[in-house]
Amino acid sequence: MDKAHRHEELEEEAAKPFGLMGYFLTPGELMHACEKLKNAGYKDFDAQTPFPVHGLEKAMGLPPSKMPWIVLTCGTVGLLSAIALTAFVSFDYPLVISGKPSFSYQAYVPIMFELTVLFSAFGAFFGLWGVNRLPMFYHPSMKHPSFPRATDDAFFVTVEAKDPKYDASKTRKLLEDLGAREIVEVTE
Amino acid sequence: MTTAALQEDTPGKRAPLVLGHRDFNAVTETVAGIVEKKTTPSWLVLLGLAVSVLLILLGSLGKLAAEGLGIWGLNNTVFWAWDITGFVFWIGIGHAGTLISAILFLFRQKWRTSINRAAEAMTIFAVMSAAIYPVFHVGRVWFAYWLFPIPNQMSMWPNFKSPLLWDVFAISTYATVSILFWYVGLVPDLATLRDRATTKVRSIVLGIFSLGWRGSHRNWLNYEKTYLILAGLSTPLVLSVHTIVSFDFAVSIMPGWHTTIFPPYFVAGAIFSGFAMVVSLMVLARKAYGLEGLITIKHLENMNKIILLTGTMVGYAYAIEYFIAWYGGNEYERFAFINRAFGPYKWAYWTMWSCNVFSPQLFWFKRIRTSIPAMFVISIFVNIGMWFERFVIIVTSLHRDYIPSSWTYFRPSLFDISTFLGSFGLFFTLFLLFLRFLPAVAISEVKGVMPQADPHAGHGDDHGHDAHDDHHEEASAKSDESEDESEDEGDEGDEASEGDAEKDEEESRG
Repeated sequence: MDKAHRHEELEEEAAKPFGLMGYFLTPGELMHACEKLKNAGYKDFDAQTPFPVHGLEKAMGLPPSKMPWIVLTCGTVGLLSAIALTAFVSFDYPLVISGKPSFSYQAYVPIMFELTVLFSAFGAFFGLWGVNRLPMFYHPSMKHPSFPRATDDAFFVTVEAKDPKYDASKTRKLLEDLGAREIVEVTE
Repeated sequence: MTTAALQEDTPGKRAPLVLGHRDFNAVTETVAGIVEKKTTPSWLVLLGLAVSVLLILLGSLGKLAAEGLGIWGLNNTVFWAWDITGFVFWIGIGHAGTLISAILFLFRQKWRTSINRAAEAMTIFAVMSAAIYPVFHVGRVWFAYWLFPIPNQMSMWPNFKSPLLWDVFAISTYATVSILFWYVGLVPDLATLRDRATTKVRSIVLGIFSLGWRGSHRNWLNYEKTYLILAGLSTPLVLSVHTIVSFDFAVSIMPGWHTTIFPPYFVAGAIFSGFAMVVSLMVLARKAYGLEGLITIKHLENMNKIILLTGTMVGYAYAIEYFIAWYGGNEYERFAFINRAFGPYKWAYWTMWSCNVFSPQLFWFKRIRTSIPAMFVISIFVNIGMWFERFVIIVTSLHRDYIPSSWTYFRPSLFDISTFLGSFGLFFTLFLLFLRFLPAVAISEVKGVMPQADPHAGHGDDHGHDAHDDHHEEASAKSDESEDESEDEGDEGDEASEGDAEKDEEESRG
C-alpha cells in the first residue's frame, strides 16, 4: 500500500460520521425526546447530561447496571482472602494467647469485615471505570461546538450512525421536530 | 416566627436547598468561579499561617525520629497520652464526613449535597492527621511498615488477635475507601472544570483527572449505582472503624476502659465532634467564598440538630458509665470513676461535661441554632470538649493504677504540645489547598436536587420538595403529560417560596 493511498484512506475514515447531536435546555424535554427515539426504534443513542436525570434510563430503555454483580464478586474474594490470611498466619506462626486455639475466628471477624469492604470498594471503583470504558480521552461527541455545556446546563442527545435506523436527513428531521437545538453531525 | 418560617417547618413543604433564583449555569458559575478566579491575598496569608504550623509538626516529628519517644511526656504509668488522644480526636472528626456522604445519602437526606464534598475532604485530611500518631509512636518510624502482615526473613506475623492490628486494617481500609468515594464524586465536577478551562495546562491536567467523563447517561447509570454501593459499604465501615478504635481500650482489662458501652459511645462521640468541625469550617468557608445560597442556614441548622442529638447521647453514655461503675460493684472500677470526677484531673473531666453535654443543649432554641456566631462558638467548644473526652478516658484511667507507689500525674512535654498543634497545620494546609483547587461543593449533585432537575417539573406544587423520587416510578406512565411542560418550569410559586426562605434567612441572622 503506497503512502498516498493510506493517507486517503485515513482521511476517509476521519470523515466517517459518528452521529447526530442536539441539545435541550430542560431535563423534561430530553426525557421526552429519548422516549420518542426509543419508540421510533432507535437503539444506539445516548444522552449527555450535567447530572443524572432520574428515570431517563427507563425512557431510553437501558438495562439495569451490572455493578452490583462486580462488587459482590470482589467482596466475596475479599472475605475469602481474609479467611485464608488469618488461617495461614495462625498456623504458620502460632501465638498462644490466654490458651485460646490458634485459629480463633471470633477474633478475626474485624479483619474479615474490613477486607471484604476494601475489596468491594476496589471492585466498585475500578469496575465503574471498566464498565464505563473510562478513561477515554477522546470521544466524537466532544466535537459538538456546544459540548462544554453538557457538563454545565445543556441536555444532549446523540443518535449514533451505527444504528440501523440511522438516516442523516430523517433522523435530523425527527430531532428537529422534538425541538433539539444546534443539531450537528459529528464525525468519528 | 414569620409565616415563612412556619411554612419551612411544615412537613411536605420543605425549605428550598438552593437559594437566590439560581439556574443550572449559576450553580456552575458560583462553584467553579471559586476555583478559576485569581488567588486572593487573604488565602495566601491563611496558607502561610497553616504551612508555618505544619513546619512545627515536621520539626517535632524530625526530633522524635532522631531522639526517640523520650521527648514525649510519657512515663511507665501513663504510657499512652496525647498521642492516642490526638489519634482518636482526628479519626472522630473524620467520621462526620462519611456520615454526611454515606449515611445521609442512604437516608435520602438531600440537604447533604452542598456540604458533602467539603466534609469528605475533611475526612481524608483528618485521617491523615490521625495516621501521624500511630506511625510515629512505633518509635523507629522507618519500620512502620511492620504494622502490616508482610512476609519477612524472621517468618513472624503480627498478632491478629490484637485490637491494635484490627485498627491497622480498619484505618487503612477507611482511608482508602474514603479517597475512592471522594474521587468518584469529583470526576463529573472535574469534567465541568475541564470544559470551562481557558488554558492548555488546565485543560490537560483536568482532562486527565476527569478521565474523559462526558456525562453519558449510560455512564451515569453505572455511576449512580456505584455511588449507592460505595455509600452502602461506607456506612458499616465508618461504624466499624470507631468501634475498633474503641476496642483498643475496651478489650484491655483496665478499669475505666473495660466497658461494653464503648463502641456505640465512641461512634456517637465521633459523629458529634465531626459535625462540630464541619460547622466550624463551613461557617467560615461559605462566608469567605460567597456560598451562602448553596450552604444555607437550613443546612447549618440541620447539622446543629445532629450535634444536639449526638451530644445528648454522649452525655447519656457518661452517666451510664457511672451507673455501671456503681451497679457493677467492682471496687477498682468504682475508684477509677470517682477518681475521674473528683481526682487530680477533675478540671479536665468537668471541662468535658461543660463543653460536650451542657453547651450543645443551647441548640434546643431555634434562635441559637440559626445564629452564626452562636453556632460557631458552640462548635469550637464541642471540639475542645471532645479532645478532653479522649484525654480523660485515657489519662485518668492510667495515672492511678493498681499500685499506689506508681501513681503519677501526667504533664505533656513541649513536643507533645507541638506535635498536636502541628497536626492542625497539616489539616488546614490540605483543606486550604482543597478549597482553592477543587470544587468545594458537589456541582452535579446540587443541580440534581434543584426543582428544575425533576423531569416532571411544572406540575402544580411539586417544586422545592422531595416529590421527585415518587415520580421516578411513574416515569413511563406520565410521559404523555410531560410533553409540553418544558416552557413553564420555574413558575411563580417556586420563585415565591425561594424568596421567602431568603427573607427568613436574613431575619434569623439579624
